[in-house]
Amino acid sequence: MSHFLDRLRYFSQRREPFSAGLGEVRAENRQWEDGYRNRWQHDKIVRSTHGVNCTGSCSWKIYVKGGVVTWETQQTDYPRTRAGMPNHEPRGCSRGASYSWYLYSANRLKYPMVRGRLLRRWREVRKTMAPLDAWAALMADPQAKDYKPVRGLGGFVRATWDEALEIVAAANVHTVKRHGPDRVIGFSPIPAMSMVSYAAGTRYLSLIGGTLLSFYDWYCDLPPSSPQTWGEQTDVPESADWYNAAYIIAWGSNVPQTRTPDAHFFVEARYNGTRVVAVTPDYAEVAKLSDLWLHPKQGTDAALAMAMGHVVLREFFLDRQCDYFQAYCRRYTDLPLLVTLRHDGERWIPDRYLRASDFADALGSPGHAEWKTVGFDASGRLVVPQGAIGFRWPGQDSEDRGKWNLEQKAADGMLVELNLSQIDRCDDALDVAFPYFGGTPHEHFPHNTQDGDVLLRRVPVRRVATRDGDCMVATVFDLLCAHYGLDRGLGGTCAKSYDDNLPYTPTWQQAITGVSAEHAIAVARAFAETAEKTHGRSMVIIGAGMNHWFHQDMNYRSIINILMLCGTIGVSGGGWAHYVGQEKLRPQTGWTALAFALDWIRPPRQMNGTSFFYAHSDQWRYEKLDVEELLSPLAPRGKYGHSLIDCNVRAERMGWLPSAPQLARNPLEVAREAAQSGIDPRDYVADALQSGKLHMACEDPDDPANFPRNLFIWRSNLFGSSGKGHEYFLRHFLGTRHGLQGKDLGEEGGRKPEEVTWHAQAPEGKLDLVVTLDFRMSTSCLYSDIVLPTASWYEKNDLNTSDMHPFIHPLSAAVDPVWESKSDWEIFKAVAKRFSELAQGQLGVERDVVLTPIMHDTAGELAQPFDVRDWKKGECAFVPGVTAPAITVVERDYPATYARFTSLGPLMDKLGNGGKGIAWNTEEEVRGLGGLNYLVEDGPAKGRPRIVSDIDAAETILHLAPETNGQVAIKAWEALSHITGRVHRHLAEAREDEKIRYRDIQAQPRKIISSPTWSGIESEHVSYSAGWTNVNELIPWRTLSGRQQFYQDHAWLRDFGEGFALYRPPIDTRSVAALHGKRPNGNPELTLNFITPHQKWGIHSTYTDNLIMLTLSRGGPIVWLSEADAKRGGIVDNDWIELFNINGAITARAVVSQRVQEGMVMMYHAQEKIVNVPGSEITGMRGGIHNSVTRTVLKPTHMVGGYAQLSWGFNYYGTVGSNRDEFVIVRKMASVDWMDRVQREQRQNASARGNAT
Amino acid sequence: MNAATSMQLFLFGIYPYICLSVLLLGSLVRFDREPYTWKSDSSQMLRAGHLRMGSNLFHYGILVVVLGHFFGFLAPHWAIDWAMDPARHQLLAMVGGGLAGVVAIIGLSILIHRRLADPRIRRNGRKWDIAVVLMLWLQLLLGLLTVPVSAQHMDGAEFELLTTYVKGIVSFRSDVAGLLLQVPWVYRLHILLGFTIFLISPFTRMVHIWSGAGTLAYLFRPYQLVRTRKRAMRP
Repeated sequence: MSHFLDRLRYFSQRREPFSAGLGEVRAENRQWEDGYRNRWQHDKIVRSTHGVNCTGSCSWKIYVKGGVVTWETQQTDYPRTRAGMPNHEPRGCSRGASYSWYLYSANRLKYPMVRGRLLRRWREVRKTMAPLDAWAALMADPQAKDYKPVRGLGGFVRATWDEALEIVAAANVHTVKRHGPDRVIGFSPIPAMSMVSYAAGTRYLSLIGGTLLSFYDWYCDLPPSSPQTWGEQTDVPESADWYNAAYIIAWGSNVPQTRTPDAHFFVEARYNGTRVVAVTPDYAEVAKLSDLWLHPKQGTDAALAMAMGHVVLREFFLDRQCDYFQAYCRRYTDLPLLVTLRHDGERWIPDRYLRASDFADALGSPGHAEWKTVGFDASGRLVVPQGAIGFRWPGQDSEDRGKWNLEQKAADGMLVELNLSQIDRCDDALDVAFPYFGGTPHEHFPHNTQDGDVLLRRVPVRRVATRDGDCMVATVFDLLCAHYGLDRGLGGTCAKSYDDNLPYTPTWQQAITGVSAEHAIAVARAFAETAEKTHGRSMVIIGAGMNHWFHQDMNYRSIINILMLCGTIGVSGGGWAHYVGQEKLRPQTGWTALAFALDWIRPPRQMNGTSFFYAHSDQWRYEKLDVEELLSPLAPRGKYGHSLIDCNVRAERMGWLPSAPQLARNPLEVAREAAQSGIDPRDYVADALQSGKLHMACEDPDDPANFPRNLFIWRSNLFGSSGKGHEYFLRHFLGTRHGLQGKDLGEEGGRKPEEVTWHAQAPEGKLDLVVTLDFRMSTSCLYSDIVLPTASWYEKNDLNTSDMHPFIHPLSAAVDPVWESKSDWEIFKAVAKRFSELAQGQLGVERDVVLTPIMHDTAGELAQPFDVRDWKKGECAFVPGVTAPAITVVERDYPATYARFTSLGPLMDKLGNGGKGIAWNTEEEVRGLGGLNYLVEDGPAKGRPRIVSDIDAAETILHLAPETNGQVAIKAWEALSHITGRVHRHLAEAREDEKIRYRDIQAQPRKIISSPTWSGIESEHVSYSAGWTNVNELIPWRTLSGRQQFYQDHAWLRDFGEGFALYRPPIDTRSVAALHGKRPNGNPELTLNFITPHQKWGIHSTYTDNLIMLTLSRGGPIVWLSEADAKRGGIVDNDWIELFNINGAITARAVVSQRVQEGMVMMYHAQEKIVNVPGSEITGMRGGIHNSVTRTVLKPTHMVGGYAQLSWGFNYYGTVGSNRDEFVIVRKMASVDWMDRVQREQRQNASARGNAT
Repeated sequence: MNAATSMQLFLFGIYPYICLSVLLLGSLVRFDREPYTWKSDSSQMLRAGHLRMGSNLFHYGILVVVLGHFFGFLAPHWAIDWAMDPARHQLLAMVGGGLAGVVAIIGLSILIHRRLADPRIRRNGRKWDIAVVLMLWLQLLLGLLTVPVSAQHMDGAEFELLTTYVKGIVSFRSDVAGLLLQVPWVYRLHILLGFTIFLISPFTRMVHIWSGAGTLAYLFRPYQLVRTRKRAMRP
């Protein structure tokens, strides 16, 4: 009936009163309800998930009606886990549930956009010139650079795809030809979350020879302690394994807030009887789920962990010997191995591991003897236990083949039981010196003064006869006990009881952390007792709160020490559970071929992001931290100089770290010149570098010849989220308006670097073209020159995995990309096509000189066994790949770039596939893929399997990877067996016939197959747990000793005081004093530690511009403050406050809460500065993002390379962008200016500046 | 019958029926076919400033004016005569209606200023939104202008004439159009614009007036309503 006519029945309708007339039943028309019903009706449900920066990897139902995504809900069809385990469901959180808002929001990118000034000039020159000439003409015209100073100031205009792609391709071809392919840079993070999209860009860049930047280290999510200790980037238990734990410490990890979909396992574990302790300085959400909350002063956690280690050693190793711990440490750690002692005046200093090569007969094991560690067995015999890295890379006919394993055997095949301690057999007890940093005064952190900065501790030692004479040695265990200050009845200074204020007793730590000694003792004791009773089921869940500090490896290693002592690593329900931006690209080896174009050209150009950004955003020009401040008091003075970038340059020269750009000249030209002179290009480059005719680009990053020229950003918000030193980026990288307040070393008259050329005038605007692909107008888009609209997570086909669970997920196109957007795969395919067309006649088949650092998991990692020597200083010969970067000459067929992009190349058949030091033949898979994807019919890639669509790309990954192709898994395990001499194939045998394809995972998430490139297994009997195969399959850790290492014996680690884990206070970044009280606004100024935890209402910057999430929080940037500090600053809740230091300024609202500890502010990481941000009183510009007050500071120990596990790998090791040691001035704002008038004057000033440069 | 008279007949004898038909049928069709467009389109979300003052003044004023017109013109003679004579009736209409009209026009002026001056509201407003407020403002002005005109004939005779006209129209006697030949132009303009506002109402946010009347039922409903699914209850 008609609604209207129904209304006319108002008086006649039937009514039945109830409850004495307070209610009434009516027979009204209920048709209106259909309106609400229709809202939730749908035509179909498609499975997808959410990328890029969330590692949740949750399965979602995407509802589509009439071609429009209407909403999403959590999928609940995960395969069930085994009996006795809780299910994985539900996975998801409020952030993911709000994602569909983005698809049709005003913030959605709908068309290709180009910076107005650039496009106007481009169209002008394009009238008369071909694309390539047009770009060359623009670059040659100084007037044409006026688009750089207006980056970030709006001014985008819509362009067609043809036009935008033409500019990008022309710029790329021009840059390759004029400056060199390594000047084209790409940045994209966390491939695991959308592997095909990541691979699209990196495949294109790898084909043309561009540089790919790492992200994990740049994000400071990479824990260098993991490569140091285990030779493994990061491997952690799946979240379900929390349920198996008997004791959990959540240390600096806010599980319910930042691991929301996994948090239910944490709660369920408590029902299972697990005891839970939270260690966080603030009352974080995780604290409410815990039995005990410890809150050390932020940044001092290592002191607490050291004290806990002290207790564990005292009670479980010295007072009483626990069988499980003894057996575990003897077999799986370096504790029984021997370390030489160096005599230095009155004292002895721990030096390096004793090696087989130190003996005239190499103890009967001559192959790679310098890479084989030595220990005493139970009978007092010196033996070379199997498993050291010297056994990993034997020659073809070496007797070491099949001996890289953790069987309790010596190199001669004899069964051995190593001795942890030599205290019963010692020749002497010597005073050994250990560095002590806990007494260093710091304005804002407590210290505990001892007798100087060197601690003398008595150690039982043995005298051994080496090739070079008698040498004093001690076991790592004996040194460790001395280092922890334990009394072993040898006399000298040591802690007689826990009450002594001596490093590292519980009482000692109390002065630093504020945690009571009783609590430290109780937790350590309970943790170890539980581990003893359960054989290792004690776990530490550890997170960003620990890892984002400058000395994060000390925080981590001091905790890892406890975990190793308690035999928890490699045990289900135990171990080290690091969850910080960790990625687990499960089908990794299937993906690397696609992503880095290894099927066509090897090696790719990979670069560590942190060092790149530090150099090229010129943050080094402002460095305030002197290398000397970081050195151990025991290190030789003067050897390292003063400048951090000098250390980095030396590391690049010595083949430790990669370089980008690599040479100070176009590598194509260098190769051409070499060809003309008739010399092998490798020798040519080696000679030129040695003679000084040719330089590495790192020695002069401010020379225009060495600028990065083109930058692609995709799946990332580099400028709005991860760009530490945001304002430095704006000034030097982009050349636009910035809020930088400090002066560089030139202006300040500071000490300049020695290895790097200093230019009085710092360059501004190094980049010629910034291209960003995104689905939303992020901060990075605003600073770009070209913005390309990409498909959202509900509009493309892709793959997604996480380390939080063992399933592989799809992203699926629920709807076609809206407006003119395209998937990343299609965009880079189109760029490749246009590039190939424009390259015709400009670039042909070119030879390119590629430099590669000494890589981990290759035979090359046995490069520099002892001292550190720099060829440039004449300390050693220039040997590529040994004392210097490896030099390779590769051939690139530029006009065939598109043909190669869309097909699988021949190197897979010729060279095979592999990863992490294991290689296998993959011819059969290539054939299989040709059958699935069909073959290319014509052109340069004729006969090769096609990779045209995103699903083709996904199938390529799935088909080549052992994790998703059972047959490959078997091959991979067998390949590993050749090295370990043990049978491993049983781990995958049951799934040999299984092949997981893209449509399978669209139907239901699939559990992956066990593969030797990971250290845990997928099984019906245990949850995924890192190190499981090391412990149970006796596969060595990929370290120097093949064992988990308490000791780091590389010269740089020793000189920087980190041979053993210890407590180091946060560094002094000196960014506050220059501004404190200098620019008053009438309100009090507080100096507080700037902490940026992961947030509740976003995944980094994603969702921080999403209206639904903004509605749940306060609608814009907020900063949390303690009640005491707020009172001192005259600040009340919701006041506008400003945070500033010499790096820049932030404006935000204050959240005043008792949750926060005095002395710190918390600003949730990456709240976009494009929403609700008023002008700053300091900079006169709009307030910045969280990174506006930070600057990157490098740590030299992370630069080490060419040394077993301390060799570089992409996203594996390298400098990290820490940011928690920073201090800011916090002040209530006197006036809030929304800057909502036209900023004409500033715009003109910006233009004037642009014209001048 | 000359052209002027035919025009008069059309404008005041036929046009009112066109307008009232469109008002009723148009509202009915819109209510049935486009229920989700049936709303007042408040601009409060865009900016709260001045809305409360302007809207309250206007709505209270206009309610008095409209109810005054309704009872004044349509109430049967016997319902008024016992209380007052036509002259007093006219005086009451002039004073009461005049005051309410002034309140309403002040309120509406604030609303118009707000609608035109605030860029957010201006951008989000449709042309009809602006046309409606301007027409209402003009209608209020015309209504107020009748007050001084009426003041010249305080005997109530002209008022009687208008009452007869309105009652004629609602009782389908279109010949009453002739009566208006004698009244001043300001009345006639006021009447014409009034019917024109009826005409456009179904196409604008003015439909919320119906709902406003409908919500009166809210005052009399029980606290809890249960809408049954039982067939037995359904008619």
